[in-house]
Amino acid sequence: MSQTTEAARPATTHRAKPVLSEGKRAERRLGLLLCAPAAIVMLAVTGWPIIYSVWLSLQRYDLRFPDKQEFVGLANYGTVLSNGYWWTAFGTTALITVVSVAIELVLGMALALIMHRTLVGRGLVRTVSLIPYGIVTVVAAFSWKFAWTPDTGYLAKLVGPDTAVLTEKLPALSAIILAEVWKTTPFMALLLMAGLALVPDDLLKAASMDGAGPWQRFTKVMLPVMKPAILVALLFRTLDAFRIFDNIFILTGGSQGTGSVSMQTYDNLIRGLNLGIGSTMSVLIFIAVAIVAFVFIKVFGTAAPGSDPGRR
Amino acid sequence: MAVITTGKRVRWTIIDVIVVVYALVPVLWTLSLSFKSKATIGDGSFIPQEWSVQSYVDIFQTNDFLLALVNSIGISLIATAIAVVLGTMAAYAIARLDFPGKTALVGFSLLVAMFPQVSLVSPLFSIERSLSLFDTWPGLILPYITFALPLAIYTLSAFFREIPWELEKAAKMDGATPAQAFRRVIAPLAAPGVFTTAILVFIFCWNDFLFAISLTATTRSRTVPAALQFFTGASQFEDPTGQICAAAVVITIPIVLFVLFFQRRIVAGLTSGAVKG
Repeated sequence: MSQTTEAARPATTHRAKPVLSEGKRAERRLGLLLCAPAAIVMLAVTGWPIIYSVWLSLQRYDLRFPDKQEFVGLANYGTVLSNGYWWTAFGTTALITVVSVAIELVLGMALALIMHRTLVGRGLVRTVSLIPYGIVTVVAAFSWKFAWTPDTGYLAKLVGPDTAVLTEKLPALSAIILAEVWKTTPFMALLLMAGLALVPDDLLKAASMDGAGPWQRFTKVMLPVMKPAILVALLFRTLDAFRIFDNIFILTGGSQGTGSVSMQTYDNLIRGLNLGIGSTMSVLIFIAVAIVAFVFIKVFGTAAPGSDPGRR
Repeated sequence: MAVITTGKRVRWTIIDVIVVVYALVPVLWTLSLSFKSKATIGDGSFIPQEWSVQSYVDIFQTNDFLLALVNSIGISLIATAIAVVLGTMAAYAIARLDFPGKTALVGFSLLVAMFPQVSLVSPLFSIERSLSLFDTWPGLILPYITFALPLAIYTLSAFFREIPWELEKAAKMDGATPAQAFRRVIAPLAAPGVFTTAILVFIFCWNDFLFAISLTATTRSRTVPAALQFFTGASQFEDPTGQICAAAVVITIPIVLFVLFFQRRIVAGLTSGAVKG
């Protein structure tokens, strides 16, 4: 079956050669035409607002005092970057990102191995693991919040009656990280599992014959083969964790220094109605994310998903 | 294949149970809270001591939840439909056609996928207010389509690359018209991928909170994740915990159904789009 299709391919391209230029042109036109709507929507909703946001960030623009709008250059950047709250939020975001992604990588790898190799109930494990992935983040966050609420919650009962976990900085951060890890580990595991599927069984068997133990097989055979998948998963999760918002919003509302940069931006914009400062923060977050992505791609050489077939 | 020993079976069963507990505890806890009676909701017990459906009765009696549910369903469905149609067109072109700017489009949608969504909140808030899109359905549908598109394009182009397109030619040689070849041969092959993508995109739209809370102000377009914040008890002193949990359970039902019926597809969709590169 596959042989016939392989054989058919060169024959058809050969036959198509005389009309190549015209057919090629039609193909190009169709390709552009088909991609145009998607490209236009994405550009219109991201490209233009980002430019607008840069412009807004150079203005003093507070919706409570709309008359006082004026061009202030980089003054907003000075205000934000010299502000302790911003740096606290930045530190908190970085901490949550690093810790939760690290835990997710370990747990996700374990879950991926379980889903890949389990001899019992593989379908069940995969189905159940998808629930944290699919569930609305806000719903899960409420579940954790009520679990930690003194008197009401089962977790609060476990840690003792006098501790209100969500009202102290470190316990609250741990609760946020736990909620984040719970929700996103399955996604990490699925990305890693796709990498696991690429590990040839023969290679593992050969390593086993040569006397490699399970740990050696994991570190010497599986990890190197899985490296691209691991880097893609890390990149995606890091950038995703950096924009953490939902869990913090529900669990602590950003109090006790648990607010992320996304929370700060939201607070300045929607609660403070300060478009200038809000936009400045938006631009700063955009730059931070761009740097993280750049570092990942340059330093680790992460292959962008989907870029392979597109790369010519 | 080696024989599965009883010891191995037991070990894997224990591991499976750990995974199941890990994944389900927060969900069961919400379910439990939603079924507790008002008197026992603060007892901290994991299993309701006194069962009651009062919380469900309460949320369906007020407009707040019903309107939010209608908004959630409507906005998510429309955004999903548009994103899947646009994504299918683009993915088909990426998978099958050769045209300039293909790499640029793939790279650009990757950028959008990694885009910090909060960076859009300020400018979109301002732009939508001036275009009177703020607090409307299109005001949410637009950003949802935008951020769903990279997901749709990746997943679909991965699926499309697997389709044996030669069959189309074979059908035409056998005398089928192009329309017939598409309808009888290609559409049935492409449908599972499109359907899977639709599920993933729907889950994404259904899940969103940041845009929902920033770009809405009233029940006119507020979706359920955003509306949960505004739940209050029947009186000022009543605790809305039960009602929040009941509403949470209701919006979790579609997710659970998707996962139960389409586990294989969802796993295939998430993994194919992500690692093919």
